[in-house]
Amino acid sequence: MVRDGDVVALEGFTHLIPFAAGHEIIRQGRRNLSLIRMTPDLIYDQLIGAGCASKLTFSWGGNPGVGSLHRLRDAVEQGWPQPLLVEEHAHAGMAAAYAAGAAHLPFGILRGYLGTDLPKYNSNIKFIDCPFTGERLAAVPAIRPDVTVVHAQKADRRGNVLMWGVVGIQKEAVLAARRSIVTVEEIVDRLDAPPNAVVLPSWVVGAVAEVRGGAFPSYAQGYYPRNNAFYKQWDSISRERESFQSWIERHVLGTSDFDGFKQSLLEAATHA
Amino acid sequence: MPENGYTADEMMTVAAARMIRNGAVCFVGIGLPSAAANLARLTHAPDTILIYESGTIGTKPSVLPLSIGDGELAETADAVVSLPEIFAYWLQGGRIDLGFLGAAQIDRFANINTTVIGDYYKPSTRLPGAGGAPEIAASSKEVLITLRHNKRAFVNKLDFVTSGGHMEGGDSREKMRLPGKGPTAVITDLGILTPDPVTRELTLTSVHPGISVQKAVEATAWPLKVAPQLHTTEPPTETELAVLRDLYARTARAHAGDA
Repeated sequence: MVRDGDVVALEGFTHLIPFAAGHEIIRQGRRNLSLIRMTPDLIYDQLIGAGCASKLTFSWGGNPGVGSLHRLRDAVEQGWPQPLLVEEHAHAGMAAAYAAGAAHLPFGILRGYLGTDLPKYNSNIKFIDCPFTGERLAAVPAIRPDVTVVHAQKADRRGNVLMWGVVGIQKEAVLAARRSIVTVEEIVDRLDAPPNAVVLPSWVVGAVAEVRGGAFPSYAQGYYPRNNAFYKQWDSISRERESFQSWIERHVLGTSDFDGFKQSLLEAATHA
Repeated sequence: MPENGYTADEMMTVAAARMIRNGAVCFVGIGLPSAAANLARLTHAPDTILIYESGTIGTKPSVLPLSIGDGELAETADAVVSLPEIFAYWLQGGRIDLGFLGAAQIDRFANINTTVIGDYYKPSTRLPGAGGAPEIAASSKEVLITLRHNKRAFVNKLDFVTSGGHMEGGDSREKMRLPGKGPTAVITDLGILTPDPVTRELTLTSVHPGISVQKAVEATAWPLKVAPQLHTTEPPTETELAVLRDLYARTARAHAGDA
């Protein structure tokens, strides 16, 4: 469902990051993707380093609590493995842009981007005057991905999806997209979702696939914790082009699915 | 470690924590601000409301989160809301008393840079970028900033203003209609700087014990103004140090993990 040249959003704010789906995009050798994600995180560091992306729209590009995303930096600073066009926002702007996308509105509006240089470098940040009060407000075009991919805790057999915990921007990102894919920890007979839970009804979801542990090394609340140690290890894996390439070849390109990926990590750890 | 038994970083974190009034609603950045805010919550400010931009409101983590959205934050929160909600209803809606930020670079008017060093299109160092900071800096009623004090951080001119402080000084922030009153203190490992009431230029108003004024001046790339009535920061109490060290020890154990 992801094609070369697509505008793609893989969302999940620290929590429920769809790593398994990201790896499959790398295995399929997709190229020239315009990637959108508030926090690129390790998943886009991997996609960028693997040469899948020609553009990145984002609002915070670090390895949380650890430091830089070295593959993202190498692409921006040195153009490796290919130049990366960057559209840079603040979180509040991207949140408003996704919410506008979900509502099929042309733009999002916020009391934001005041006192920052971001609008000087991003022509997609503009200012308008409120027609009622005259207050100057920021406007950003709606985000409308060709494909959004998210990970969630559960789906039922009809394809209704349930998520909880830090739900971030996943719901808006799915509703904003033309096509959507949801990977889940488990498919169950009954969701038993409380009335105000975050549920994506099956008819707004393009496809559901069960991938247990599919958010590793991020986490799935109620299933497994964030693997902070892996986030720290990524700093050295990704620091040099060679170490990154041998990692991605061995563990992602050299495996056929996410179970294979995790098995190969385990083997590497036991032989270390 | 100095003779008196605490490090410069511990002094900085303790001094920053003391700035938090009990009961204040704080929007907290990751790293040093998060450590200081949780130290405050575990010592003199138990009723402080901590909010992280992952949408966790009233969170009470037992260990410091590595990321802004660790599961611990959601599990111990009063409420967890979506990102459009946390930024629009809670932050831009004017419900935050105190925004608490770190920074890579700061200038004399407490504007901060977390985006690039060098030219934007050909940066010498690409930093993570804005995240929630521009709106935290603009919309919180008051802002605290904490970072280590050296010439690479305390620069004469920022290459990029990520988040606005007192802009060009004087009343320029008000003229640009940023809603909150901006940074009220910058807490470093050497001392505390506060904006001059009129010019808004950061002025050294307190030095930590054993730190000379000269050291702070030399660690600042602009000619640092020093308050006529300079204070010396109270050293960390035994309780403050014990609670902070326990917090870091618990955090280190929790993050060692099983990769």
